[in-house]
Amino acid sequence: MAVGTIHNKDAFINKISSKLGRDRNESVILPKWEHRPQFEVLKGASSDELAAAFKNNSLEKSTYVVETDAKNLASALEKVIEKYGGGQLVASNDQRFTEYGLDELLKQTKAHVWNPVLGEENIAVTKKANIGMFFSDAALAESGTVVQFNDKDIARSISLLPMAYVSIIPKSTIVPRMTQVAQAIHKSVEEGNNLATCINFISGPSNSADIEMNIVIGVHGPVEAVHVIVNDM
Amino acid sequence: MAMKIGDKPFFDRVDDALEDNFMRNAMAEAQDGLRGRKLKATVEDEQIGDWEEWRSAGEEIRRHTLENLDYYLNQLSENFARQGGHVYFAETAEDATRYIQDVAKKKNAKKITKAKSMVTEEIGLNQALEEIGCDVYETDLAEYILQIDDHDRPSHIVVPSLHKNKEKIRDTFRDKANYTGTSEPCELTAFARSQLRETFLEADIGVTGCNFAVAESGTISLVTNEGNANMVTTFPKTQITVMGMERLVPTWEELDVMINLLSRSAVGQKITTYVTNLTPQLEEDSIDAPNEFHLVILDAGRSNALGTEFQSALHCIRCAACVNVCPVYRHIGGHAYGSIYQGPIGAVLSPILGGYEEYGELPYASSLCAACTEACPVKIPLHEHLIKHRENYVEKKGMTAEKMAMKTFGIGASSPALFKLAVKGMPAVLGPLVKDDSISSGPGPMKLWTSVREFPAPGKGNFRKWFDDHKKGRNQ
Ligand code: SF4
Repeated sequence: MAVGTIHNKDAFINKISSKLGRDRNESVILPKWEHRPQFEVLKGASSDELAAAFKNNSLEKSTYVVETDAKNLASALEKVIEKYGGGQLVASNDQRFTEYGLDELLKQTKAHVWNPVLGEENIAVTKKANIGMFFSDAALAESGTVVQFNDKDIARSISLLPMAYVSIIPKSTIVPRMTQVAQAIHKSVEEGNNLATCINFISGPSNSADIEMNIVIGVHGPVEAVHVIVNDM
Repeated sequence: MAMKIGDKPFFDRVDDALEDNFMRNAMAEAQDGLRGRKLKATVEDEQIGDWEEWRSAGEEIRRHTLENLDYYLNQLSENFARQGGHVYFAETAEDATRYIQDVAKKKNAKKITKAKSMVTEEIGLNQALEEIGCDVYETDLAEYILQIDDHDRPSHIVVPSLHKNKEKIRDTFRDKANYTGTSEPCELTAFARSQLRETFLEADIGVTGCNFAVAESGTISLVTNEGNANMVTTFPKTQITVMGMERLVPTWEELDVMINLLSRSAVGQKITTYVTNLTPQLEEDSIDAPNEFHLVILDAGRSNALGTEFQSALHCIRCAACVNVCPVYRHIGGHAYGSIYQGPIGAVLSPILGGYEEYGELPYASSLCAACTEACPVKIPLHEHLIKHRENYVEKKGMTAEKMAMKTFGIGASSPALFKLAVKGMPAVLGPLVKDDSISSGPGPMKLWTSVREFPAPGKGNFRKWFDDHKKGRNQ
């Protein structure tokens, strides 16, 4: 990948240094923060407790929750698809669909599996789709949030364009809050890894309270959301 | 300057606002709702522990970041460019708009979608893009409402259309966009969805603001609810993000704390529906991601605060918690401030960005009750900044402190209700100071002029006459 350009940096930054009354700072050590309340939230919670908190907080965000295990995942998803009216299903291009034995379900439901080779056709199908299905990479108990690390296969459109999103959440990936995910990302950056182009934290259907403070569910993103927790432990 | 709203002098705008009963009721209701939600998600939410600890965490992170702003901006820009993004440091609003116009021209862009765009409002970006023939679409519901209502101006930094009720919105949609539905918020929202759906997919460029940038990874973080910011950053092949130069954090660990403070303080949510973190890992064969990403880092007066007593004003994360508790905002509404930044933070920030000539009277739009300071999730001493601004302004204008005090009191006394708030609504602050019907000393609301002389405490009636008398004095 070509390196991008930077314009006017030195004049701009030197002005800041001089306003701050010193020479330009070439190295800064991050202080050890005195206040760290984020680590106290759901501290020491068991995986059952985390799953219960995740469930409650998902419900609070107008999200339908299903709990199942790996063996019954396909049939649980089938019921969800039926409950939400069937129609076109789109799935991310993710190895985990095979690992969890869902290939048959995708075939049966004539799902469109995102395929970069097909180009714009993916968007044309997804914008008319009823359900977008994807695996969550991590989930936050505190807020009923799923996390996607998007790239060209785990496409951004899938959780965004269809009327409903259905996210599959392996129970082992539920952590107390954003803190644990942020820590993992920070560590990965420190190790010199590149980040996914989009790291998306999603908590239920899109909504707005801009008109007289009334919460309206379903604005530009999905109108419905389903979290399917799979016991993989 | 695009930051400015209207041409009337501040005191006239206040008078206008005080006559607008509809607006005042709307403001009061909205403030109560927003404040209630914030309390539920902060001090009343046991799950997150001690909210004060969170505020202290926010304060220390913001202080450290601003003290080392040069270092972190360098790090951010290097990391952004290393991964293929383009960074433009803009000294002024004009520099920023010129650069963005150039990008739009190079891309031969016609349709531009925008989200999360208060900073682009500040630099007057829509107008600049329209001048070169682009069609610009605001996509935040509130901004969309303002745009189709002949570019009405924002009245609140989180909910810019706060001054409009659903009937007004219905009428605007009907008159300007052939809407035929009812005033039900669901129906109005569905209309906006249907109007913008194809535009999102067809746009050539997506423009966003920035809640936080993460220096260590060159990431832009957007905190939203409606899904429009995702639309704007997913489908156009070119993305342009404009950020105030102070809106960054060192690492993801600090981002985590700031997202929590912002989500809970701004909208009373544990986390907003979307926290979208975008890094320019540009893949040529990605179908639903930009392959060109520009970051415009804006000064536009912010550096005026660096190294001064106002530096902590740059700690602001634009949550509007201070706005939602301000008794003066409640009465005069957002437009009276004459700036796109309203309420206590607007009164602190606008003179820093736009100068005392234009905004020097804004710091008088406060009763100095300090509710703003208490509400602020990053502990900015807003009322102290307001006092300091007043001192500077008086000095600059060569006015006597007493004369400025009259002005201030004029605002407070121009409506009995506002006056009560300014003077008697804070017994804890003022009560003990009111003796024998005169206010003799003390901090808070009366500090400026009680330091000059004893001031008559307002009587029980006829505030308007009192105000008129003193207003005459003001104009002499
Ligand atoms: S000054 Fe504090 S309370 Fe006001 S908007 Fe900024 S961060 Fe929020």
